[in-house]
Amino acid sequence: MLLGCFVVPALAGPFEDSVAKFANDEFSDTEAAIGEVASSGNPLASPIISALQDGRLSADPASKMVFITKSDGKIVDAATGATVDKLPDGAAAVRLNNRLRRTVEAALGGLTLLSPDPAKRLAAAQSVFKSHEENLLPTVDSALAKESNKSIKQAFAEARAAIILFKSDASDSDKLDAVSVIKARGDQEAMALLTGLGGDQPPLVAKAAASAVASIQSNLAMWSMVQNAWYGLSLGSVLLLAAIGLAITFGVMGVINMAHGEMVMIGAYTTFVVQEVIRTRYPELFDYSLLIAVPLAFLVAGGIGVLIERSIIRFLYGRPLETLLATWGLSLVLQQAVRTAFGPTNREVGNPSWMSGAFDLGQITITYNRLWILCFTLAVFAILLAMLRYTALGLEMRAVTQNRRMAASMGIATSRVDALTFGLGSGIAGIAGVALSQIDNVSPNLGQSYVIDSFMVVVFGGVGNLWGTLVGAFTLGIANKFLEPVAGAVLGKIAILVLIILFIQKRPRGLFALKGRAVEA
Amino acid sequence: MLTQLTHDIATMTRRRALAAAAGLVMGLAASSSFSPAQAADDTIKVGVLHSLSGTMAISETTLKDTILFLIDEQNKKGGVLGKKLEAVVVDPASNWPLFAEKARELITKDKVAVVFGCWTSVSRKSVLPVFKELNNILFYPVQYEGEESERNVFYTGAAPNQQAIPAVDYLMKEEKVKRWVLAGTDYVYPRTTNKILEAYLKSKGVAQDDIMINYTPFGHSDWQTIVADIKKFGSAGKKTAVVSTINGDANVPFYKELGNQGIKATDIPVVAFSVGEEELAGIDTKPLLGHLAAWNYFQSIKTPENEKFIKEWQAYTKNPKRVTNDPMEAHVIGFNMWVKAVEKVKSTDPDKVIDALPGTEAPNLTGGVSKMLPNHHITKPVFIGEIKGNGQFDVVWKTPGLVAGDAWSKELDGSKDLIGDWVEKKCGNYNVKTNKCGGQGS
Repeated sequence: MLLGCFVVPALAGPFEDSVAKFANDEFSDTEAAIGEVASSGNPLASPIISALQDGRLSADPASKMVFITKSDGKIVDAATGATVDKLPDGAAAVRLNNRLRRTVEAALGGLTLLSPDPAKRLAAAQSVFKSHEENLLPTVDSALAKESNKSIKQAFAEARAAIILFKSDASDSDKLDAVSVIKARGDQEAMALLTGLGGDQPPLVAKAAASAVASIQSNLAMWSMVQNAWYGLSLGSVLLLAAIGLAITFGVMGVINMAHGEMVMIGAYTTFVVQEVIRTRYPELFDYSLLIAVPLAFLVAGGIGVLIERSIIRFLYGRPLETLLATWGLSLVLQQAVRTAFGPTNREVGNPSWMSGAFDLGQITITYNRLWILCFTLAVFAILLAMLRYTALGLEMRAVTQNRRMAASMGIATSRVDALTFGLGSGIAGIAGVALSQIDNVSPNLGQSYVIDSFMVVVFGGVGNLWGTLVGAFTLGIANKFLEPVAGAVLGKIAILVLIILFIQKRPRGLFALKGRAVEA
Repeated sequence: MLTQLTHDIATMTRRRALAAAAGLVMGLAASSSFSPAQAADDTIKVGVLHSLSGTMAISETTLKDTILFLIDEQNKKGGVLGKKLEAVVVDPASNWPLFAEKARELITKDKVAVVFGCWTSVSRKSVLPVFKELNNILFYPVQYEGEESERNVFYTGAAPNQQAIPAVDYLMKEEKVKRWVLAGTDYVYPRTTNKILEAYLKSKGVAQDDIMINYTPFGHSDWQTIVADIKKFGSAGKKTAVVSTINGDANVPFYKELGNQGIKATDIPVVAFSVGEEELAGIDTKPLLGHLAAWNYFQSIKTPENEKFIKEWQAYTKNPKRVTNDPMEAHVIGFNMWVKAVEKVKSTDPDKVIDALPGTEAPNLTGGVSKMLPNHHITKPVFIGEIKGNGQFDVVWKTPGLVAGDAWSKELDGSKDLIGDWVEKKCGNYNVKTNKCGGQGS
């Protein structure tokens, strides 16, 4: 380790005094302490600063003692490194604000540039790139010389370029080289660095920086098209997921189901209950909570769907207005029931680790939760399609919805099929709720925001056609995301609605209208 | 024939059903109007006008519970003027016109002495004419856009100069922010607040290019584009911050997207005016560490008053995890001021109480004493808190003393000459330049 080079026997003196400043609970003292500790060269500096970053550094204001709680639970005195049995009663974590967090990050960047952990080295290189501290140049140089990992080496080279660019006494040719290294990086941070360059640069460098900024900008503009397309796909998948259950109950059965959104909400609340049980009883299973919630949400929402069909909707077939009112009333009843049972406030549904965070693809950021939802939606869609096509129940469903009387004469129990079809649509809405709980609030109002969008997708895609729903959802999603940067979120949404109204005028039965004699019946 | 017959039967049953329904409704109406009347003389009625269903139930239900709790505590101390207080709770169901109907019902039918209620500005605007016409008192506990001072309304939440302006000052001084994103939900509070902030920022020398204003619809849930835009706007080499007036439910997906796209508070801090302890209860707050909120109260503030309040509140709600928040504190202050004013004039007559309220002082929960001003706003301290991992806030800055609420913003051309003064001028929009009541500013 870097600090190994200049280990000085820790004597009671300046280092202890600096550490004690953490106990003053003043942001300015904490800042001073960070600077002094980081530059002390003491082997404890790195553990102290990283403990500070993670909230593991505590201080006792009475005795001015400062302690590090190690990740294995052991406690050591920060000034001497001696192990301590337990924290004194008055000890509290040393507080940080954003300015100090930045100072900590920069200090830690300098301290961990030569860390044996490659992830830490990469993080350090990136924080140096941002802070471009001049006095870190020799450390970066030696790190660069030693580094064998290619991508980290690149990061070090960029960090070095950033320092040189901001170094007042660097030669013009060095600076020009630095500009080209940063230009090659080509992302928003590179642009931030170049545009943040002061006006006191030599004309040659300033000109090179300006042209680099222009080239990065045009590159980023191209990527932003790709980004919009991705956002559109992701919004489309959410729309599809919400609408797919409705494509069954409304599209296939013709029931105007205003309580569709509440089925989604019930699915989300099922996820919440599953996670609560897992949190209290089996915390190690948390990453699987969604996998457990999916079948349960299907059963709960599907069961409620069957119940609704048997008790309300079957009496209203062929009376769309009454169905609309009855299901709307039902949606209010379900909302208030959930509000009474779970309370009106949002419930916390956590993201499993595999659904958090993001990765970079070129110059766009792809978040894992959106990616998984897209995959999940396509899987649900494929399973549903296969079910309708290849199973006996699917065959009966298609028979009943196409020609009820004929199906009945062929010996199909049509009322049972009706109940199961409605249950299937509701169950899929419940599954959608599991996925939506990852990106939206879990509150009694969850469903309301999706029901209109779902109807829009189904009507736009063509009633009664699952493929139409798929194409409709992605078309609306992508159109929305390309309009949003231009028109803003509010106007973008209005523009989409206007476009749909115009489209429906032209093609009243949607993108893919079903043809055939049976449809009218 | 047959169809005719079935039709007749159908109409008959429908008629009978209608009659039965009508009977039921009348019965309900009768029971609700008679039962309170019996107790009319030995209690003082307090109206509670908060949505218990619909979109706003998420925020307003807690305030209903707060008033019930305060009434309960007051009754334990013997009530007011020797009489017990009695709450009359109605549910305006997040439906703005219904707010006005329910307010009318509370005042004319239930004869309440005072009403505590409303959350959104539009609901307040909807009940205003009713309170003026029937001359009653409304205590409004939520931070709002200002530009209003009415005789019948007492504003215990923050005006823009008690929340938005100090927050921007903090970012400018402490975080050295040079570029600003003003993001809000598309309705009156964010629009007015952002107008005030824009004028204020420009007066501090911020260029137009360094301000980005963005509005989203209510309940917006797909934040990918906007968060990416913010990231882009923030990469212009100047320190950038987001000032968020995003309301209610839309916050959770917004913060989730920020966390997922890796925007940390150290890069681009977000300061929010509508995110409190209650809203954070629905999110995993670890990715939000360091993002900010500006309020006049935080649950984490350590004062004996606050600790006592939290303990009693959690005991009352039988939930040891129940959080407290800023609008709740506003109700606590408002309620205590009303009790003091009533005891001072020994009457619940609205005219007398309205005249007695300005100048009334009540302790707030953060160690100070708030005072009702002639413009019907109150003095409050302003705190900036950072979100901690446990869903609470860590106070990183506060104003040195209490800040007096301005009914009319000093930043806007239309209102900078106006003041509200119900003590001497008897006017809510008095123009100090022309010395006339009702005049708009220059």
